[in-house]
Amino acid sequence: MKTSYYRRIERFKDTCIRGILFSSALCSILITAAIVFVLFYESIPFFKSVSFKQFLFDKQWTPLFSDAHYGILPLICGTFLTTLIALILAIPLGTIMAIYLSEYASHKFRETLKPLLELLSAVPTVIYGYFALLFVTPLLQTILPSLSGFNVLGAGLTMGIMIIPYVSSLSEDAMHAVPMPLREGSYAMGATHFQTAIRVVIPAAFSGITSSYILAISRAIGETMVVAIAAGMQPNLTLNPLEPAQTLTAYIVQVSLGDLPHGTLGYQTIFVCGLTLFFITLCFNIVGHSLRKKFREVY
Amino acid sequence: MSLAALVRRNKQYDFWFSVISIMCVLFSLLALTTLLLDLALEGIPRLSLNFLISFPSRFADKAGILSAWVGTFWVMFITAFISIPLGILSGLYLEEYAPKNKLTQFIEINISNLSAVPSIIFGLMALGIFVHSLHLGQSLLTAGLTLSLLILPIIIVATREAVRAIPTSIREASYALGATQWQTVKHHILPYSFGGIATGVIIALSRAIGETAPLITVGALTFIAFLPHSFMDPFTVLPIQLFNWISRPQAEFHVNAAGAGVILLTLTLLMNAVAIIIRYRVRKKITW
Repeated sequence: MKTSYYRRIERFKDTCIRGILFSSALCSILITAAIVFVLFYESIPFFKSVSFKQFLFDKQWTPLFSDAHYGILPLICGTFLTTLIALILAIPLGTIMAIYLSEYASHKFRETLKPLLELLSAVPTVIYGYFALLFVTPLLQTILPSLSGFNVLGAGLTMGIMIIPYVSSLSEDAMHAVPMPLREGSYAMGATHFQTAIRVVIPAAFSGITSSYILAISRAIGETMVVAIAAGMQPNLTLNPLEPAQTLTAYIVQVSLGDLPHGTLGYQTIFVCGLTLFFITLCFNIVGHSLRKKFREVY
Repeated sequence: MSLAALVRRNKQYDFWFSVISIMCVLFSLLALTTLLLDLALEGIPRLSLNFLISFPSRFADKAGILSAWVGTFWVMFITAFISIPLGILSGLYLEEYAPKNKLTQFIEINISNLSAVPSIIFGLMALGIFVHSLHLGQSLLTAGLTLSLLILPIIIVATREAVRAIPTSIREASYALGATQWQTVKHHILPYSFGGIATGVIIALSRAIGETAPLITVGALTFIAFLPHSFMDPFTVLPIQLFNWISRPQAEFHVNAAGAGVILLTLTLLMNAVAIIIRYRVRKKITW
């Protein structure tokens, strides 16, 4: 009698707890729904007063001036330029280190170096901003005296250092997961470490390497504090990395620091920028997902 | 080309590649040490008891980080209070309970997408929902909620990995003795995965402590000369104070920024070190 009673209570508890666990798992869906809802809800009134054509093709972004222009191009250009510079530094460096750690280095060396490299991405981004503005830019100015105090180059390079671990660690994980017999086959044919890495390991780990690149790209596109501190605050439609420029994220910071009343067109612009940013990162993730699927090797 | 020459050439490639890689490694480590040294050399001389117990001021030499570190403490407290239970419970559900169906798959894809969403977008979401719809104001509570949602995916993923590492035989042994699923989870799964979960939680919190952008969008104040009395009070945190000082043109404020940076970085690195130590210990101890 007592045991069955006890069991019934335990069963009931089990059902309740399953419900609690399920509802907390649903939270993540709620978060996504909230993000999409807020971005669209605040952006729709904006597109009622500004046409899509003006938004996409106007070459100026001056929503807070009396002569307001709402062309998103300068901000997108700034975002892509800083991202590009960061990737030019991080992808080769990260990939080379990943190959080295996975194919050449001893176990002990790898286990020591990986956490050290990961520290690079643990440093708060606002400290990278400090570093970009007060160390990297003055350093670059000794080589390029015409460089302005706020510039895309310094911010981009600093961001590149910041995202190295995303490339190196995740690519290394992917390469490390390639089964040993594949390598042994290659060595048995007389291939060197380098040939094996390039011809066997990289193609086999390609899908994992791609996802590490995609993650690095989304980090760079969404990175805020480094560019807000070191790249300047003027929207600037330029491909010259020596000039200051503003990114989508830096614009959101600039407006948030001011005191724009809720419901004005200027206030809505930050949500429009957020929506654009969300859309760009989503595109990269979808491309990454399909690339991963296409090149996945199953052993 | 003769075979010997070919072999020699390939060996040379191999050699040069390892030289280049070592240079890349050295460059990265050099960047890390330069960053740490630059900050330490500028910031450590500025540290003093007065710096810790003074409010911000428009005179650089009198300014301190009292309201900033107290704010960071409370925001982290709220963040931990919300995100740890929510993250662990979601992780447990997905790994232990969830049936393999479309909904579960959707939740999984959703979580991996959320971790790629830029942090500033979480800030915009919080501005729309917490500040303007729920009227929580630009408060400590809003900041804590924002950061907990931001780090939720990290905790979920860490929990799932830690739970997945436990062999099925342990669960089967528990069920065989008549335990319910929750009893199994409570007495076996949670204690055994504790190390892995703790590592993930600490890493996630160390992310949150340095986050600046989402807190700027929800309206952190940069100048606060009082300490909060309730969770509904306006707030500032260390990274915000740091950002404010960097954006000023005067070099004296940059020194203050370096001082605050040393403290923020020390906290972050300490948390990471603790996480690494726990991970290492757990790995050593467990033999299934």
